[in-house]
Amino acid sequence: MHIHKLEKVWLIIGTVTLIAFLTTIGLQAFTEEHKAPPSENEIIDPEKVLETAPFDDPGLKQVGENEYELVIVLQSYSFTPNKIEIPQGAEVKIIVTTADVVHGFEIAGTNVNMMVTPGYINTMTYTFDKPGSYLILCNEYCGIGHHLMSAELEVI
Amino acid sequence: MSKILKVSKLDGKLSMAHFIVAFVSVGLAGLFGLIQTLVRSELITLPSFINYYQLLTAHGVLMALIFTTFFIFGFLHAGMSRTTGELTRGNRRLAWIGFWLMTIGTVLAALMIVVGEATVLYTFYAPLQASPLFYIGLALLIVGTYFSGMSTIFQYNKWRKDHPGETSPLFAYMAVATVVLWFVATVGVVITVLFQFIPWSFGWVETINVSLSRTLFWYFGHPLVYFWLLPAYMVWYIMLPKILGTKIFSDSMARLAFILFILLSFPVGFHHQLLEPGINEGWKFIQVILTFAVIVPSLMTAFALFATFEMRGRALGSKGIFGWFKKLPWKDVRFVAPFIGMLAFIPGGAGGIINASNQMNQVIHNTIWVTGHFHLTVGTTVALTFIGVSYLIVPHIRGRVLTKRANSLGIYQSVLWAVGMLIMSGAMHFSGLLGNPRRTQVTSYGGHEVASGWGAYEVAMAVGGTILLISIILYIGLIIYLAFFAPKGVEEFPIGELAEQNLKLPAIMENWKVWIGIAIGLILFAYSIPIIDMIQNAPPGSPGFKFW
Ligand code: HEM
Ligand SMILES: [Cu+2]
Ligand SMILES: [Cu+2]
Repeated sequence: MHIHKLEKVWLIIGTVTLIAFLTTIGLQAFTEEHKAPPSENEIIDPEKVLETAPFDDPGLKQVGENEYELVIVLQSYSFTPNKIEIPQGAEVKIIVTTADVVHGFEIAGTNVNMMVTPGYINTMTYTFDKPGSYLILCNEYCGIGHHLMSAELEVI
Repeated sequence: MSKILKVSKLDGKLSMAHFIVAFVSVGLAGLFGLIQTLVRSELITLPSFINYYQLLTAHGVLMALIFTTFFIFGFLHAGMSRTTGELTRGNRRLAWIGFWLMTIGTVLAALMIVVGEATVLYTFYAPLQASPLFYIGLALLIVGTYFSGMSTIFQYNKWRKDHPGETSPLFAYMAVATVVLWFVATVGVVITVLFQFIPWSFGWVETINVSLSRTLFWYFGHPLVYFWLLPAYMVWYIMLPKILGTKIFSDSMARLAFILFILLSFPVGFHHQLLEPGINEGWKFIQVILTFAVIVPSLMTAFALFATFEMRGRALGSKGIFGWFKKLPWKDVRFVAPFIGMLAFIPGGAGGIINASNQMNQVIHNTIWVTGHFHLTVGTTVALTFIGVSYLIVPHIRGRVLTKRANSLGIYQSVLWAVGMLIMSGAMHFSGLLGNPRRTQVTSYGGHEVASGWGAYEVAMAVGGTILLISIILYIGLIIYLAFFAPKGVEEFPIGELAEQNLKLPAIMENWKVWIGIAIGLILFAYSIPIIDMIQNAPPGSPGFKFW
């Protein structure tokens, strides 16, 4: 099989670039903390969410000096709680699940973005450095009120 | 070797039947698309008997599933008839059975959407639960394609039996590659629809394993996009050289690229599930690596095409490094439409790299950036290539010619499409980066300051959508003209010839068992452990919800 000389050069440059690129994202994902995509494995009975800890008592809890856990339940078409205040600079582990269909948890304008699928708990850790009002919204279709599903997060 | 230059009359009818369904789908779905942009930008509100998400379900199903599938099989049947000779009676009958099953399935699914029994969007994610008839409609659509695909494979086998020792026509080879890809890909969606959705929606079982259904869906969902792309690549590899008046750059590299596309299409579905719980991050990353391997055959394709263009330009006496660019047939819609499609694939592919980049996916996942991405790739690259082909294939089949005037209007239509998409998809990309979600009726969120920055982009999308609908109306008008009113004559169905040096093909290239075997090996490697885990450590299942 004949391969043009320039084509070989082209393919080699492409492949080397590709390997360099994959190495970069691989190193970031697996050596730095909280950089890999959210991939929690913990399960929960999707029909008993509101009776299961920690979702029986959702909200913000301080767990360390500057560390917090934020537990949120998603349901068509609400976040519980839906008004949250967080001190500036806090490192927050966000813990979510759904009591019905699939939802998407997004804090618009940040990298906080995760799927919330029934039967699983998902988590992401984020440090809120900038003060202001953040918009939490559902970014997966969950029924005809989907566009009404949002919450507010205030960093003060 | 005998030269077969025309699609036979009976096969032409078969193809036209497919194209008609495809064109009707594009027309309807295009209108819905425009309405979506108008609603999102709050320029109009829908009357109470139509729901936004119902419209969006119809748009997604008609564009992504119906238009593409029908156009592709119509194209494959015509090309097989053109390159391997008239379809045998048996093969033509198989293709007709396929057509009717697909059509019945489509009508059933569409009916369920219209009556409001299936407002679940085209991805029908559980545990939203549609009427069983919607899932049965989808199943019929796929079963129909199995008949159509078998027709293509049998026709190819027959050609090889009749021509021992010869290399198969490139078109037939690539058509079989496309069908093989489709057969292996649909296994996932068939399993989830037959064994999960249908029993659950009838109420025979109470609950569904949601993660498993999503994984099976995306096992299908990624190769689905290659099922759309491969026929577009066939046009670029096989038909464009002939339209340019030159030969196919490298037959064997083209075949190798197709084989690689098949192998690398399957073990990669997790790149659509990167932000999902229940899948280990190591397995996600393995599939990310495999996803990126597809860059190699993509670079091969880019090289072959631009080499073809440059060689042709130089043969016509171009000067300088880029002089050949001016020598391309800029006044021929058969070239211009697919070429614009090709250009759109440059930003489209770059966006795809971002989407699949493991943790980088967080920035854009489920934002309208993603919608912008696939309106470039399938909505422009694939769609404009198909549009360009339809301008020659419809008159070819109907015994008419593509007139000068229709040709210039076609160029005008393609440019309108490109401009409309550039505006709409550009606005989608930029506002997606700011967090604007996809699949959302209105995005003002009670006037929250973060959302207030998205409004202007929504209006830009509506402007793009308007231009696009004008383009679609012009397109349908032209197709009707070419099918029924254009002057009678013979329009060429261009099929490129091979450059002499390329004729020897390693025998393994036509040994499909080997390639399917390797593909299955890769699939088992990438999916076995995560799927076993998903079943063994499954949470209690979910009952159905009907939130519409
Ligand atoms: C007139 C041209 C078109 C317009 C104005 C248009 C407009 C839109 C808009 C605004 C959305 C997103 C709505 C939302 O997420 O809220 C959308 C979604 C979509 N479009 Fe188009 N589109 C057009 C053509 C196409 C074409 C040619 C294809 C593919 C062949 C296509 C496939 C899709 C798909 C698959 C979705 C996703 C549906 C979903 O998220 O469930 N569109 N379109
Ligand atoms: Cu939602
Ligand atoms: Cu994909």
